Amino acid sequence: MNSFFARKFVIQGIFIAIAIVIIARLFYIQVIDKSYLLSANNNVLRKVVVYPARGVIYDRNGKVLVQNEPVYDLLVTPIEAKEIDTTLLCQLVDLDYDGFKKRMNKARAHSPYRPSIFEKQLSAETYARLQEHLYKFRGFYVQNRTVRSYPDSIAPQLLGYIQEVNDKNIEQSEGFYRPGDYIGASGIERAYEELLRGQRGVKNQMVDALNRPKGSFMDGQYDTLAVAGDGLISTIDRDLQVLAEKLMKNKMGSVVAIEPATGEILTLVSAPSYDPNMMVGRQRGNNYMKLLRDETRPMFIRPIQASYPPGSVFKVVAALTAQQAGVIDEKTIFYCPGGYRYGGGRAIMRCTHVDGATSLAKSIQTSCNTYYGYTYARMIDSRGMSGPKAYDLWREALAKFGLGRTLGIDLPGEKPGLIPTSDFYTKRYGNDKWRSSFNISLSIGQGEMGVTPLQMANIMAIVANRGFYYRPHLVKAIGEKGIVKDEFKEKISAGVDAKYYEPVIEGMSRAVNVPGGTGYRVRIPDVEMCGKTGTVQNPHGENHAVFFAFAPRENPKIAIAVFVENAGYGGTWAGPIVNMLVEKYLKDTITLPKYIQDRIYNANFLPEPKKEKQSEVNKSTSNTKNPAERPITSGIKTAEPNRERYVHHSVIRRGHQ
Amino acid sequence: MREKNFFGRIDWFTVTLWLALCLIGWFNIYAAVYDPEQPSIFSMATNYGKQSIYIFTALIIGFSILIIDAKFFISTSPLIYAVIILLLILVLVIGRNVGGNQAWIPLGSFRLQPSEFGKLATCLLLASYLSSQTNKNPNIKTLFIGALIVLFPVALVMLQPDTGSALAFFALIFVFYREGYVGNTLLLLGGLAILLFILALLINQWVIIGVLALIAGLLIYSLRKKRKYIINVSVLFFACSVYVLLVDFAYDHVLQTHQRNRIDVLLGKIHDPRGEGYNLNQSKIAIGSGQLLGKGFLQGTQTKYKFVPEQSTDFIFCTIGEEWGFVGSTVVIAIYLTLLLRLISIAERQRTAFARIYAYGVASILFFHFFINIGMTIGLVPVIGIPLPLLSYGGSSLWSFTILLFILLRFDSSRKGLNG
Repeated sequence: MNSFFARKFVIQGIFIAIAIVIIARLFYIQVIDKSYLLSANNNVLRKVVVYPARGVIYDRNGKVLVQNEPVYDLLVTPIEAKEIDTTLLCQLVDLDYDGFKKRMNKARAHSPYRPSIFEKQLSAETYARLQEHLYKFRGFYVQNRTVRSYPDSIAPQLLGYIQEVNDKNIEQSEGFYRPGDYIGASGIERAYEELLRGQRGVKNQMVDALNRPKGSFMDGQYDTLAVAGDGLISTIDRDLQVLAEKLMKNKMGSVVAIEPATGEILTLVSAPSYDPNMMVGRQRGNNYMKLLRDETRPMFIRPIQASYPPGSVFKVVAALTAQQAGVIDEKTIFYCPGGYRYGGGRAIMRCTHVDGATSLAKSIQTSCNTYYGYTYARMIDSRGMSGPKAYDLWREALAKFGLGRTLGIDLPGEKPGLIPTSDFYTKRYGNDKWRSSFNISLSIGQGEMGVTPLQMANIMAIVANRGFYYRPHLVKAIGEKGIVKDEFKEKISAGVDAKYYEPVIEGMSRAVNVPGGTGYRVRIPDVEMCGKTGTVQNPHGENHAVFFAFAPRENPKIAIAVFVENAGYGGTWAGPIVNMLVEKYLKDTITLPKYIQDRIYNANFLPEPKKEKQSEVNKSTSNTKNPAERPITSGIKTAEPNRERYVHHSVIRRGHQ
Repeated sequence: MREKNFFGRIDWFTVTLWLALCLIGWFNIYAAVYDPEQPSIFSMATNYGKQSIYIFTALIIGFSILIIDAKFFISTSPLIYAVIILLLILVLVIGRNVGGNQAWIPLGSFRLQPSEFGKLATCLLLASYLSSQTNKNPNIKTLFIGALIVLFPVALVMLQPDTGSALAFFALIFVFYREGYVGNTLLLLGGLAILLFILALLINQWVIIGVLALIAGLLIYSLRKKRKYIINVSVLFFACSVYVLLVDFAYDHVLQTHQRNRIDVLLGKIHDPRGEGYNLNQSKIAIGSGQLLGKGFLQGTQTKYKFVPEQSTDFIFCTIGEEWGFVGSTVVIAIYLTLLLRLISIAERQRTAFARIYAYGVASILFFHFFINIGMTIGLVPVIGIPLPLLSYGGSSLWSFTILLFILLRFDSSRKGLNG
């Protein structure tokens, strides 16, 4: 004991006071203030978006057309990415230092504290190499997602592609899409985006102080699962599509085949084509630019976007509408002297032969221009009404066949083609006193007429069905339940009674199956195919070859239109393609002589690059050489103001020059 | 007879508290640096495995001390002090630099931290010196020499430079206070100094001086009848003003940048949760997120995923706060407080001045570490790198505190045989 014993209490007091201060402080930060718990969760929690697998697209027989393949996005949180070995990183992901700096700056501009994509879609191999070293790159992590892959590299235009959403997509989706998401940009991918995309999930992942993943938070209690997109069964027959694309290689044009009984599109080829896998992966940007610059415009969906004067094949429609209108019947005979004289005999629309007395069926069989000159004259001039009025009636009849309007295929970007209104001619000729002779070329499908290959194939489907069609479509069933859209089940009438089809079908059958018919060389053994060749006069170069057909005659299974630009005769170039496709589809074999097959496979009708102003030159020469075709060419000239709607082949060509 | 009662005279309550803290430390080190690939708590590749060795060794050291004659420590205290001073000089020459401090002497796989043992040596010599004074009344000369005994190792530790460990020596002011060398007035002035120090850093010094002048003016006015107080108040005011100006000067020109930053962060003058404030911020998040009951053993995400640096050493309290919550933290603080109060009661029951002074030294140093370490993890005091006694990972720290405690227990157990 000494005199300062009492000071013990002061010291005890200080000790106790400090302990109480500490406990009070702990009480405040642990029990009262909840923000620390939040901060702790923010520290360890990373909300990782789980991208759903996009719906797989199958062909009609269950073969895969589009599937998913895993790729890996490399993300970076710029504030955490310090003191890393940039050289190694660049080497691993195949970048140069400038590229690295550019990406880092971009990420920093987005947000220094939040992860943004550093490099997209690393392949599995790159990811494997990178993963070993990933722990060295603080602030970097990898998120996996899937991209599309196309096992057969076919049908790019109809399947379409996906691309990153842009600001407009995000805005319009009202919060569904976020930057970095993918959206269907064309084709089926776009038309069925809502079904294919599925539902995003969120995984709450824990990370340590170095941002390394450490497993899931609360055993995944708060995670939401990604819901995979619906699978689609397309109407496409993969094998037929493969064959058609092979046949159309090095050509410009279209193939459209429809199952008449359902409107299901069996094959849709737009040539020239490209490998859909080009639109995937890190080279996508370069490939995309390459395709855009390609003067043959591979990304143009010719079957629904290009319209051409249909040529002789239009005679089928002309014959049907004329019968329904009562201006001709099955027994009507016109005498063909080798051409149709009109305008008081000053002008002539020539036939390729002198057919003599020609019946309706024979007119189809031999493709007699004269017959349809007379028919058209009767349609317009002999119905007891003014020319324009009669023309409008005829135009309405054509519209029922799907001409001059869109058919409503489930493929974005469909164009209506062109059948001019009567006003168009009234305006052109200054009054409404015009007659059939003023636009007689329409009678044989030339002049100011634009029909898409899809419309042509649909006409064949109508003929095959004897009077009706189903809306052509590419997707047959949706999801696991196999839902079919109602609009595809609706039977649509073409406005011509069934009885009027027989003479036309007879003519088409003879054209293929009787010696001397325009399509005799491409008949198919044991199958009665009905077809019609067409050679569309092209004032800008070689003629376009057209062939369309359906088969067999009774209970038809396939209606098809083939259009090869700048190839020449329809029977020579389009016919064999139809022959092979139809026989392949119906009998799974090809009997066409090998040399013809080879000729088709080896043919190259692609324009030679960089021919300046070729179309202009051709136009003027054909004008002077062939006065008989004057109405046709002049028609094209005046149709030019309508170019936006009327995508003429010449426009396509001009597009590349 | 004496042998028979030997263990009976040991203060087993203190030993129990000692062991409890060691084990709490061990389990929390396990949680703090838990490595799923080394799940055994005895795995030697990990800090928790090593800590089990340190605890075991500490136990042996502790009981060895209990066997040694208490007089031995009194007589050898100058020698121990000399050896430690030599080591403190040696560490400046051959020491290993870890984290900016040249504080460790490598001994094989083990690193010795002489500054931890410096406190022990200083306590012993201080107790020896102060108790040897025949003059019963404290005088200034004894205070001066006593202060020198403390300040000599402080200077050496500052050279490492290990400010945290050096500051711990100043806790011995409680010893001087208890022994009467420092008066109540001085303690109050000390408190005032700390208050003014904080204010001077937060507020413009001229504002403080103005406020002080106002208070002084009011005091002088109310005390105008008593001349003696007027002089006192005036002198105090003048001294405070000079002090405030000095603090500001010292703050700007004497402190190192990182020390200044730590103080700024604490006072909220700078907000930088990713730079200077990172440790403090993450530490507060860890403890704060523990809530009332904590996240549970091995469930602390801050702890497990290494958001808090120095988690097993200086910031071990974060693990306790996060995984055991307010309840667990309070239990640990209660154990410390119990130990501290127990040490004071042990001190006061000693018959010799030596033992009493030494006991107060132990209590003071333990208190300082306890307050500063936990205070820093919850943002009460600036971040100063000193361990939490007996809990933090590390052999030097554990052994030095164990030796401090067990020497006291040795004195206590033989208090009846020693007469001062």
